[in-house]
Amino acid sequence: MEHQPPPFFKTGPTPLARLLIFSSLSIALLVTDTLFGYLTPLRQVAAAVVYPLQRIALAPVAIARRIAEFFVTQSSLRGENERLSTERLTSAAQLQQLQALQLENAQLRELIEARKRLDVKVIATEVLYAARDPFSRKVIVDKGLQDGVQAGQAVLDDRGVVGQVTRVYPWLSELTLITDKGQFVPVQNQRNGLRAVLSGTGSDGALELRFIPLNADFQNGDRLTTSGIDGVYPPGLPVAEVANVERNAAQLFAKIICKPVAGVASRTQLLIVVGQPELPPRPVEEQKSPRPKRGRKG
Amino acid sequence: MADTRVTPHEILLPVKPGFIAATLVAALLMNLLPWSGYALAIKPDFVALVVLYWCIETPRRVGFLAAWLLGLLMDVADGTLFGQHALAYSLLAYAGIVLHRRVRMFALTAQVLHIIALLLMTSVVVLTIRALAGSEFPGFVYFAGSFIGGALWPLMVALFRMPQRPQPDPDHA
Repeated sequence: MEHQPPPFFKTGPTPLARLLIFSSLSIALLVTDTLFGYLTPLRQVAAAVVYPLQRIALAPVAIARRIAEFFVTQSSLRGENERLSTERLTSAAQLQQLQALQLENAQLRELIEARKRLDVKVIATEVLYAARDPFSRKVIVDKGLQDGVQAGQAVLDDRGVVGQVTRVYPWLSELTLITDKGQFVPVQNQRNGLRAVLSGTGSDGALELRFIPLNADFQNGDRLTTSGIDGVYPPGLPVAEVANVERNAAQLFAKIICKPVAGVASRTQLLIVVGQPELPPRPVEEQKSPRPKRGRKG
Repeated sequence: MADTRVTPHEILLPVKPGFIAATLVAALLMNLLPWSGYALAIKPDFVALVVLYWCIETPRRVGFLAAWLLGLLMDVADGTLFGQHALAYSLLAYAGIVLHRRVRMFALTAQVLHIIALLLMTSVVVLTIRALAGSEFPGFVYFAGSFIGGALWPLMVALFRMPQRPQPDPDHA
């Protein structure tokens, strides 16, 4: 057992005092982070410290993946090659049609003097790991500030919208998936153009349309695409499909559960949309009463 | 049955600071491995476990500062609220330092019960913080990691004591 000095020797503050110091520091950090969000520089520093360790921890997995890739059989490669070339042919045909349609669309839009839709530019990225936080749905990807990623950008996979970049570190960034409880996507029903806001539920594979009146025209199987009115998600990307509509007359709103179209929890190759659509400037905010009410929701 | 009791007065060599640092970094690496699916759900918090071990074993060498800084790193790596793990690990360090004499008097199996209780306390602290910040309860699987961590305790004790065992002296054969 370790020798403990008699109390008249200097041993620094007692454990309780130290606990009070460190826990009040932590609580101060927590409050600043949740309420004000001033801690980005501090986070960047800690991220730079932890980055080499993250890389080391991910190395065994990367090596294992490379070894597994090395031992692919020829037949599976040939099968994949065939599949890809058929896919390429079909998409080439679609692309030709698309180009024609785009030209036509541009002409028509010029006729009605509508603003041009911006071409979306994307960065390909790979998911490194899912954030080890049971309270949220987040993943960490291998592109960061250095590659031009910025917080707020939308993230897609080959089928639809996956989420949004919420924090950017120098070499990594953190995506919040659309299934996260605090994540919202403005959508439009493809069938009838109804707009709504899709929110995550916190469980994989379920999204919810909240505050939709009972008589709103949503049916099972309706496809929801991004409406683009938020200026974050480019318009027209598939997001979800209505899976279950429950109308209970005892409640004010219909309960509409949707299923994400993209492989939100399963995909490892993702695209970050970097070209933001240009929005008209915000209207000047009116001067309200000097002390506005706290409008923050938990 | 083999005697699982750790002799309370087993004489061990002093711990090298390098060894403590190495185990802490190793624990951080274990936490940073890309866990997913069920493994992620029941994964114990290795950093908490190792911090607790050193707080009990050498309470005057490893303490609040190490626990707090490791907590901040975990917060960044996991993208959680800044200070969440730091607070939880500080409380864990406090519990370890205050209880270190008591825990060391017990046999290994009884120690495990202490460890499980302390790890559960840490998870409850994190749960409370997240509840205050507006998150929902993630289900009781959330507590599984604490029990797995407790189960790993004897293994960790055996492993971490190995370098401190004095080598048998060949002249005393």
